[in-house]
Amino acid sequence: MMAKSLQIKSVMKTFGQTTALEEIHLDIEKGEFVSLLGPSGCGKSTLLRIIAGLDQPTSGRMNVDGFDITASSASSRNIGMVFQSYALFPNMTVRKNIEFALKPKKLSKKTRTDKAMHMLKIVGLEALADRAPQQLSGGQQQRVALARALVIEPDFLLLDEPLSALDANVRHQLQQEIRRIHHEFGMTTIMVTHDQDEALTMADRVAVMNNGRIAQYDTPQNVYRHPADSFVASFIGTSNQIAQLGKTWVIRPEHFSVASAQSGMETYVNSMMFKGAFYRLKVSVIDRTSPFFNEKLIVDLPANVVDSRNICPDQRVYLSVHDHEAQLSKEMVMA
Amino acid sequence: MTPLSSVKILEQSVSLWRPLQLTIIFLSFGCLLFMPISTLFLEVAKDEEGRWSGFGQAISYLSNPTLLTSFQHSLNIALWTTVFALSLGFMYAFAISRTNVKGKRILLGFAMLPLFAPTMMHGIALIYLFGRQGIVTTGLFGLFPGVDIDLYGPVGIVMAEIIYTFPQVVLLMYVALRQSDQGLYDAAKTMGISSAGRLFGITVPSIRLAFVSAGMVAFTLSFTDYGAPKLVGGQYNVLATDVYKQVVGQQNFALGAVAGILLMTPALIAFVVDQAASRKPSFSLNAKAKALEIGVHRGRDLLFGSFAYGVALVVAVLFLMMIVASVTPVWPYTFGFSLENFTFNSYTGDGFTVFLNSLIAATGTAVFGTLFAFLFAYWLQNGALPAALAKIGHFMSLLPMAVPGLVIGISYVLFFSRPEWSFFGLVVPNMLHGLYGTMVIVIVSTVLHFFSVTYMTARTALKKLDAECEQVAKTLGLTRIDTFFHYILPSCAPALLEMAMYFFVNSMVTISAVIFLYTPDTKTAAVSIVSLDDAGNIEAAAAMGLLIVLVNVVVRFLYEQLLRIAAKRTKRKGEIA
Repeated sequence: MMAKSLQIKSVMKTFGQTTALEEIHLDIEKGEFVSLLGPSGCGKSTLLRIIAGLDQPTSGRMNVDGFDITASSASSRNIGMVFQSYALFPNMTVRKNIEFALKPKKLSKKTRTDKAMHMLKIVGLEALADRAPQQLSGGQQQRVALARALVIEPDFLLLDEPLSALDANVRHQLQQEIRRIHHEFGMTTIMVTHDQDEALTMADRVAVMNNGRIAQYDTPQNVYRHPADSFVASFIGTSNQIAQLGKTWVIRPEHFSVASAQSGMETYVNSMMFKGAFYRLKVSVIDRTSPFFNEKLIVDLPANVVDSRNICPDQRVYLSVHDHEAQLSKEMVMA
Repeated sequence: MTPLSSVKILEQSVSLWRPLQLTIIFLSFGCLLFMPISTLFLEVAKDEEGRWSGFGQAISYLSNPTLLTSFQHSLNIALWTTVFALSLGFMYAFAISRTNVKGKRILLGFAMLPLFAPTMMHGIALIYLFGRQGIVTTGLFGLFPGVDIDLYGPVGIVMAEIIYTFPQVVLLMYVALRQSDQGLYDAAKTMGISSAGRLFGITVPSIRLAFVSAGMVAFTLSFTDYGAPKLVGGQYNVLATDVYKQVVGQQNFALGAVAGILLMTPALIAFVVDQAASRKPSFSLNAKAKALEIGVHRGRDLLFGSFAYGVALVVAVLFLMMIVASVTPVWPYTFGFSLENFTFNSYTGDGFTVFLNSLIAATGTAVFGTLFAFLFAYWLQNGALPAALAKIGHFMSLLPMAVPGLVIGISYVLFFSRPEWSFFGLVVPNMLHGLYGTMVIVIVSTVLHFFSVTYMTARTALKKLDAECEQVAKTLGLTRIDTFFHYILPSCAPALLEMAMYFFVNSMVTISAVIFLYTPDTKTAAVSIVSLDDAGNIEAAAAMGLLIVLVNVVVRFLYEQLLRIAAKRTKRKGEIA
């Protein structure tokens, strides 16, 4: 299969009075893994459906490798699509589901079977080829759906919340597997998700969406470290946002550390939660000299530090923002 | 080659396909439902010479004393039937859904048995029990003191109608009573709500709708039934028999049409009420509902158990009487076992052909009915048609529910029998006249008569399908035809079987529309029961009826077997999880 690039230009979508997408611009490069991330109702699934050709944009254009595909049908776009609900045909066996995808290709029966079995091997389900989809677990069903999407050797693999219905363990396993398959096949992959961890771990670039707009389109690292606006900052990870003099400071909870009384600001521990490797503290700044005086902050401290210093609720603790991170924090200042 | 040389600007086929679907849907309902029914209404406004006379004529018909009496009689029958069928049906349904009575499946089966027989057969069974020479009337031919319940008249009609409508009521109430969430009852208990409070707070609201619609079904069915009053009505005239006499006997189409419109009224009201009720938020279950736990209560089980088994016994006796009637040479003079009645070679009968005609009609109805009901449901449901038009199509598909079979029959006679049409002096040739007197019109009228229920079965099955499967098919480049034949049709196999079975069984027993439309060549077995009885050959009538029951039982059995195979192949999503 050939990787292709996709350019989305000023795509808008309205349903009656409501605007689902306003002026979307998005460039996706050949072989890239892009995640559309956002809360429900942000327009990410609408955008994916427009890319798939299942819906038509109200206005705007889409190019694949420079060719306009805005008006072309879903079937002519050579895409493989995977849905949250698996959407396997319940009246066909696992193998038949995959063979059925090859029906439009007019291949011989044997070629179809061979290709289907080959794909099943790739997703590790050869042994279950003759089972009914309902006899498989959720994770297995989603692998079948993946195999079915891939067997047609698509230019684009579109994933609509593919892992949202799965248990945490299976989800992590499939995250890695989808990554591996993406590398192996090299096609361009676009995945819709509302799960920030999933987007950050899997994608080369993340398009964070809110209210029908793309709030930020960047690498996972940059989206996390340099959120473009307060929505991105609060949606991705946890952050303290402190408004001062018309500017908003963004500081991640893990950027604090315990300091000495001289160098740190004095805070009061309101509550703390054990999170395994770290504790999450809610503190109030009681140091009158600190610019954060009277602010309530969320602070993550390593478990061993908290335990060895015997930090408890209703105590005072001196905190500082890491020098290095403070630098970063300043870069995060938003107008 | 450019990478996207294969891009087509939307498939051309789609643009032709949709207008075709709309044409088929609107043309079918136009020609087969609206135009015939309009003819019925127009007929009312004509005088004896067929001239336009305005609706004054209609009002004068309404004051016709014969018509008024029959109308009152029909109301009377329908009211009593509703009261009895509803109370008996509810108790029976309760027994097989909310108690620990043993053998619930068998009890359900017994309750459904009357569906397999034409209403005339219930009349015949009653005649053999309570008629002038009946077992009960004569006290088993003098062994005991006899009891005469004065069968011929309202008593007999109401009894036969109760048997006829009982299965429908049981089925509706059974479904409603079983659809309950134990979680609600548990929550109420933890809140300290008394059992009476739970009854009126949870149970009653959850079955209220079903209760109302069961009542309306019992009322409209008994209000418009022709078979039972024909057999056991005696001198007690009802609208349904009057319509037939006016239209077929006296060729008084106008009076027949007025009676027909009166016949349609309760069904129309029921339709409007049902539609209004279905729009309100109803008591529905969510996917997490917990199955009902039936508590231990011996008194309740004993009470409802004896009631249910008592009713089942009555049904069994009735069917036994049908068998006895058909194998007894000459009741009550020559007893013994004989299959003579099944040869149908008496001069009063129509021979065996009518039975074959019924099989042809039922098969045709099952095949074409299922095909059209499913296609219409698919076209109207898959979102390809403009929403407003699809809504109208959906409404039209439900409308046959509001038209009793007899009314379909009269309006078809009025509409199809005329070689040409004159509207205010304008003469139009009737292109559909050719259908009149053929088997096609028998099948078409039966399909229309039973269309709505099967249409809803198809729609429900289609709605259960995963919409995303169709989208996957679209992205994979599969055509609509591929998706339809390889995915949609096989996934709906159980529903298709159910629809075909429903069409077949009902077509075997129906008489209402067919009685107006048959010719000697297309006469069906159910119609033949009436003429055999008219000719005094009640034994042969019973034999004919029993054949119908047997065929229907066999078809039902085949259906169950096929369903099992289909269910094995197509395990529905929800049933596994």
